Amino acid sequence: MSGHGGTIAPPLGLLAELTHRCPLACPYCSNPLELEARTTELDTKTWSRVMREAAQMGVLQIHLSGGEPASRRDLEEITRVAHDSGLYTNLITSAVGVNAARMQALANAGLDHVQISIQDSVPKEADRVAGYEGGYRQKVALAHEATRLGLRLTINAVIHKHNIGRVAEMVALAVSLGAQRVEIAHVQYYGWALKNRAALMPSRADAEAAVAKIEALRREYQGRIVIDAVTPDYYARLPKACMGGWGRRSLNVTPSGRVLPCHAAETIPGLEFWSVRDHPLGEIWERSPAFTAFRGTSWMKEPCASCIHRERDFGGCRCQAFAMTGDARVADPVCHLSPDHGRVAELAATDGEQAFAYRGR
Amino acid sequence: MSEAIKITPESKPMLPRGVRLTENPQQGWVLVAPERVFKADGIASVILKRCDGSVTIGQMADEFAAAYNAPRDRILSDIISLLQTLADKRLLDVAP
Repeated sequence: MSGHGGTIAPPLGLLAELTHRCPLACPYCSNPLELEARTTELDTKTWSRVMREAAQMGVLQIHLSGGEPASRRDLEEITRVAHDSGLYTNLITSAVGVNAARMQALANAGLDHVQISIQDSVPKEADRVAGYEGGYRQKVALAHEATRLGLRLTINAVIHKHNIGRVAEMVALAVSLGAQRVEIAHVQYYGWALKNRAALMPSRADAEAAVAKIEALRREYQGRIVIDAVTPDYYARLPKACMGGWGRRSLNVTPSGRVLPCHAAETIPGLEFWSVRDHPLGEIWERSPAFTAFRGTSWMKEPCASCIHRERDFGGCRCQAFAMTGDARVADPVCHLSPDHGRVAELAATDGEQAFAYRGR
Repeated sequence: MSEAIKITPESKPMLPRGVRLTENPQQGWVLVAPERVFKADGIASVILKRCDGSVTIGQMADEFAAAYNAPRDRILSDIISLLQTLADKRLLDVAP
């Protein structure tokens, strides 16, 4: 049940979207369709305060993300403040525009972990999806640099119909780059990805083949690289526990300082988000209307309210429920118990050739 | 390309950069790693605190057997089991 009155456990992680600026234009970008402008971004001092408040409230990990976080010249300083506050710092980068000197400066600032996105194992295809010529080459170079500096490295590959046949090649690429961990994440269809759904959605047969392939790759690479997979949930029977439950594990701060339960939460109309400009982070986590709206289980309707899985998956994803049904309080239609479940297969089948709508272009 | 690590009594385990044992009032002892947080309660934190690359697992077992007045064989297998799990997740290195 949603607790009120100071008994709410603190989040473990904070995703800091330092900026929405990015040289790449991936058609599945998790940033909102309405990108926040540079002029609205929080300054260094405010981000530093957010880092300190996060550490005080019990947050363990800071994910420095964007857009491309290195688009901000104060990334090193923010990293240093986070590190000095005792936080574990994770850089989520496209690698484009991050040279060896910058990587060294970030390592000196106390960076713990680097996560580099790749769009494909085939350079030309990777650059086409990113909408950026020469990006692949820069990613490979930065991965080598991170490894050379002794930083832990994750390679993050987003999977869709154009690269789903090359899961094995992408894992092999991650191993050759010295990564200890690779994320094989099927596109999650919100925002830009929703707009590009027909251009990205793999077939059920391809999605199932990829899931089986990942199982085989885990056995093949046992002890050499960890493969974490985000499942293709349009083809699932049970929904994912999105974010580990709304307002339970993590929070997201946008470039302008609004605090969200997840990066897509602004797609749900009527939610009231508070800003770090106006409130301390701890107060936002415990009391802001957007966080209390779907925290716990008391907001649920049937079939969720009496479901034995309600504390496991928390009704699935609120943003997906809204995107598919127009009501954020119903069960995620990915769930086979949802009366709207039939719609999911229908939406997944809206196949056909569609050109990419590139992010921000 | 790295090979899988096999943990033995002669291994000198060490937490690599990017895998940290930390304590805070809200969570207690936790091992913080890339996109992961593991509770490190009781004996786990005691073991992980010794993983600095200077001590073999055999030496740790000697030490803990004396300190906790417990059977060494059992302690040794517990340490190896914990550290092999972490090594398989690429969260542990061994010193040369």
